[in-house]
Amino acid sequence: MSPVAEKDRAVVQLLLNAGTCPRCVLRFCSVGSQLLYRHPLQDLLKDLQEFLKNSQEKEGTVCLDVADPPCKRLRLEHKEEGADELNHNGAIPQLPSAGNAGNTGNPALSGNTALESSAGRVCNVCLGILQEFCEPDFVKKVCQKVNSADYQFTSFVFSVSLPPQLSVRERAAWLGVKQQMRNLGLPLAKDDIVQLKEAYKWIIHPQLAEELGVPADGKSLFEVSVVFAHPETDEECHFLATACPDCFKPAKNKQSVFTRMAVIKALERIKEEDFLKHFPCPPSSPKNLCDALEIQCNNGAVFVAGRYNKYSRNLPQTPWIIDGERKLESSVEELISEHLMAQFKADSFNFSSSGREDVDVRTLGNGRPFAMELVNPRRIRFSAEEMKRLQQAINDSSDKIQVRDLQLVTRSAIGRMKEGEEEKTKTYSALIWTDKAIQREDIAFLDDIKELRLEQKTPLRVLHRRPLAVRCRLIHSMRSEYIDQHHFRLHLRTQAGTYIKEFVHGDFGRTKPNIGSLLNRTADILELDVESVDVDWPPALAD
Amino acid sequence: RICVITLAEAHPLLQSGKTIKNINYQISANCSRLQNKVSGKSKRICLFVFQMQGAQFLTELAPLCRISSSDGEEYTIYSCIRGRLIEVNENILSNPALLQEKPSTEGYIAVVLPKFEESKSITQGLLTQKEYEEVLMKRRSSAS
Repeated sequence: MSPVAEKDRAVVQLLLNAGTCPRCVLRFCSVGSQLLYRHPLQDLLKDLQEFLKNSQEKEGTVCLDVADPPCKRLRLEHKEEGADELNHNGAIPQLPSAGNAGNTGNPALSGNTALESSAGRVCNVCLGILQEFCEPDFVKKVCQKVNSADYQFTSFVFSVSLPPQLSVRERAAWLGVKQQMRNLGLPLAKDDIVQLKEAYKWIIHPQLAEELGVPADGKSLFEVSVVFAHPETDEECHFLATACPDCFKPAKNKQSVFTRMAVIKALERIKEEDFLKHFPCPPSSPKNLCDALEIQCNNGAVFVAGRYNKYSRNLPQTPWIIDGERKLESSVEELISEHLMAQFKADSFNFSSSGREDVDVRTLGNGRPFAMELVNPRRIRFSAEEMKRLQQAINDSSDKIQVRDLQLVTRSAIGRMKEGEEEKTKTYSALIWTDKAIQREDIAFLDDIKELRLEQKTPLRVLHRRPLAVRCRLIHSMRSEYIDQHHFRLHLRTQAGTYIKEFVHGDFGRTKPNIGSLLNRTADILELDVESVDVDWPPALAD
Repeated sequence: RICVITLAEAHPLLQSGKTIKNINYQISANCSRLQNKVSGKSKRICLFVFQMQGAQFLTELAPLCRISSSDGEEYTIYSCIRGRLIEVNENILSNPALLQEKPSTEGYIAVVLPKFEESKSITQGLLTQKEYEEVLMKRRSSAS
């Protein structure tokens, strides 16, 4: 049974003669059956040759019996011309020379020679993608790379990067077909040609899935990617720059201006006549196959969330390095990431939290929500038990921090954490010193102040890295604890983003009001603790 | 490193008996330290750079303000630090007494941010508290 229909005869003939592989021929005949593409190349070629032979034998018989109608003779005579004559300017010679007319008796032979020679050639449309790169050898090569990379995955997505000249050649083949059909006075159906990438995936996915033992899934987080290049034909795109100059912006980093996107854009714009002028339709056969430049594996990021307590007054949240010199040992981020990186075997991480505290501030209570993005992890599956053990390992390794509620979360969960940073309240405990003596009565009134409105200019201590601005913040409530004539402890519940230290000492009068102005004294802060971060995320886990 | 410009303790204005009549940030016909455009609301670093470029760049001898006391004297306060003017203290305009009552805190004059590359050399060119006191002692002993 022939894979192609009678109406496709001229297309098949033209493309096979031009050096197109059987699978690309099927694509241009809009053959949609995935199974067909998976047949071995040799079988497909034989099928197509049979298909063409049948028609020739039919016509051969007919022409012996009756006089050839003129259009039939034209077709027979065209088969005698070699592939070369069709290539150079896309125009097909209208009539054969008188000498050839006598050879109609044996059109099948000369036709077949052209067909057979196309079998060994690198396809002029796909440059070998649907040929060599569908073979078991290549599949094995890819799977070897995947297995040696030692990833944990339950499905895969296979992505290919094709050189831009393939789009040019696809267009050239299509225009060649269009021209041929026009010249023969045949109708041409809508161009629902099967896309090269799609056909490639039809053929290679089942083979990869079989070899890797997991299914192909477009939504998979595990990506196997291959980059193909064909240096031999790299300059083929260049004519597009003269035809559509504004599609090609000068590129940064000395990379080629002829990106896939730019080439596709130019192909959309260029007029058919201009294309035909500059490029052979159908395209000529290349000498070499594409090269598979890189086979890479990548796992989508996983997100681990939790809450951390900080018990040290000498620990920054992120590494403190100035001019390459580490100023303070370790950091919250490093103490947490060290264990996660080792377990998940990731390339790198991104640490973020719902706000942060200074080096000398402790974080008590339920702790501060954080999320760790682990980039390209080799391991992704962790049971609740394993997460608990991981949490324990982190907690056993340091007394400066402790984590709780450690769990895997989705990327969207990060948004919830960040909204907490800006919207939710925090409570603090501050140890305050005053220059002039205080009695209990002097600070009692602080407990009654509700929704105190502050105007805070950007604190001097952060002005080198933040723009100058005035921020209005609310102190929702306070509770004082008298200690002695020069000390008291103040508990506060404040709006997110309030600078507590500046509220206490006034920051050269740039935070108003402040404890100093409220008490009519000079005040300074000796110790600050975060008592709670009022965000109900991540979900609390039962111990 | 951010720098806060304040009056040194030996400044005449901080000696007893002086009352401040007027503080003026208008340095010349075209230059007022009050019109220093630096404020912005964005947190993004690149916008911050633009804002910094708008701020006035001061050299050591750039005047910050002129202060007249009720006894007719006029004092020009100089930046003494090379850098971008971040802000001038408008609180002392409305309350000049602050300058004398709390010269090292709420009565500051201006905030200047030196260039990152110059930060170290600028710090090295300043006197420590101890060195300053030695200078004052020498001054007093040579005066007597």
